[in-house]
Amino acid sequence: MAVLDIRDVSKTFGSVHAVQRFNLTVADGELVCLLGPSGSGKSTLLRMIGGFETASGGQITIDGEHVTRIPPEKRPTGMVFQSHALWTHMNVFRNLAFGLKLRRLPRDEIRRRVEAVLDQVGLAGYGQRMTHQLSGGQQQRVALARSLVLEPKILLLDEPFASLDQHLRERLREEVRDLQQRLGITTLFVTHGQDEALALADRIVVMRDGRTEQIDPPDMVYRAPATPFVAGFIGSMNLIDGAVQNGAFHHAGFTLAVPVADGPAILAVRPEALDIVQASAAGAAHVHRVTDFGAHAIVDIELGDGVRLKSQVPDARLWKAGMAIDLQPRAFAVYRDDVAIHRADRA
Amino acid sequence: MDRPRTDWTGIAFATALTLLIVFPLLVVATWAFTNVWRYPSVIPQEFGLRYWHAVLGRADVWTSITTSLTLATVVTLISAAICLPAAYAFARLEFPGRNILFFSFLAGHAFPKFGLLVAIAGIFLNLGLIGTFWGVVLIQLVGTLLFMIWIPVAAFQSVDRRMEESARDVGASPLRVFWSITLPQAGPTIAAALLLSFVGTFYETEGAWLIGAPQVRTLPVLMISFINNQPVIQFGAVLSVLLWVPSFIALLFARRVIGSGSFARGFGG
Repeated sequence: MAVLDIRDVSKTFGSVHAVQRFNLTVADGELVCLLGPSGSGKSTLLRMIGGFETASGGQITIDGEHVTRIPPEKRPTGMVFQSHALWTHMNVFRNLAFGLKLRRLPRDEIRRRVEAVLDQVGLAGYGQRMTHQLSGGQQQRVALARSLVLEPKILLLDEPFASLDQHLRERLREEVRDLQQRLGITTLFVTHGQDEALALADRIVVMRDGRTEQIDPPDMVYRAPATPFVAGFIGSMNLIDGAVQNGAFHHAGFTLAVPVADGPAILAVRPEALDIVQASAAGAAHVHRVTDFGAHAIVDIELGDGVRLKSQVPDARLWKAGMAIDLQPRAFAVYRDDVAIHRADRA
Repeated sequence: MDRPRTDWTGIAFATALTLLIVFPLLVVATWAFTNVWRYPSVIPQEFGLRYWHAVLGRADVWTSITTSLTLATVVTLISAAICLPAAYAFARLEFPGRNILFFSFLAGHAFPKFGLLVAIAGIFLNLGLIGTFWGVVLIQLVGTLLFMIWIPVAAFQSVDRRMEESARDVGASPLRVFWSITLPQAGPTIAAALLLSFVGTFYETEGAWLIGAPQVRTLPVLMISFINNQPVIQFGAVLSVLLWVPSFIALLFARRVIGSGSFARGFGG
């Protein structure tokens, strides 16, 4: 059982607030992704949990034990860095054995555990290789094995696949997920790639400017983004700035009935939820461009004031540039003051 | 497959360098093994080891060889003990006055060296260090500061911080990280600095002469007095060849221990 609890944790560098009063509890065996653009504080948060930065305020506990002021070598955490950070003057075996030797385990025990972990990450028999003789993916697997061999309570992954190519990244992502579930290890994973977060996580924490925007399972983050920022950051999203008047959202000739009070509002519609129909008369918008992807097509729409939207349609051949159209959002959300005040889903 | 084109510029440079470097060395080496060589003959009239016997038969030569080797070893060890921790501090720690202190180490090399030496000699005279082995050690230490600080600072700075952090992560104390990760990573470059320090001390003449003479005489100082006092070229030539030996061994050692890449990196900073 390993539960990670983060309470009101802050970090300031000079006058910069990197992390502001952050709260999160990661359950035993759970994999949580910290997702956000660069500078959102996600890496700083991870480094505070690993002990490489000291929190300016707040508390971090692992299984109820306070670790906030404990140096990294005394924490039950294992970190995998983006740049794998393998020790190039040691071979693979010695990289993995280093931490075990520091724990003064018997030689046989060290050999057994190193070989078992190498086998788990699919690198059995690679012990005598030097790190530079390995491919990028293999190096990252060794880095993962180096953390796992010590059986940490909490596994911390800091954008571990960022330097790998797309294909390899997807494969390693699946391997990490399998391994994490098999070992049941509590894991915190930092990434700026939404695909990675959506594919891996039990829950996603979306961060922005050192604050939490939303903490939810992937489907919730995608289907019910808590703020316009999350809506725009995860997946493709049309965000239309407008105003609500007498029960209808207005923006440059486009109107949509919404049951909310009058005032400024942001309408958020995903391209796959924005249906378009050929307008009988002038129409609220016109087709700007059609891009055919075979299985589906993306229609670029231009509103009366030049604002562009995207709609995903099944058949590209029905639409031509310049065509007058009307918009019929099937599912949408209305935001005001950074909060969703109305959601609709006419499936 | 294209045959590589003949690089005439390269050949010209190589030839010019060979002439400039190898030819004088060849002349000195020839002189060392010459018994008789009178003008206008192009090659010596008589080769032989007469002057080797003469030089190696002298007690002061053996004393100065011992002095030089001891001096170079002691200076290198003390310099390493002082400079390596200092270099690590400069590379990795933030402390007030860091930059000013860093440049003060190098300032000694910004003045004409002899002026600085004379000033130091004045202080040493008051301290009773003139003519003592430890006086020479001190003056040589000053000379090694430049590369024993500058090169290791560059070496420590180029060690990936994440490597050190991941060592902390698996349970190593900061001291253990330095010993098991940072030092081996910076090792080849630091070896280059140690080598420079040893060879530099071994060959340094002005300071050794000013502080040490006449009681403490290193091999280069002895060579100068030979050349000044004896109008026989062979004495100087034999000592020159003797003086090549340590640097030659050092270079062979360097090639074995240090890959050419990391050696160059040490100088490139």
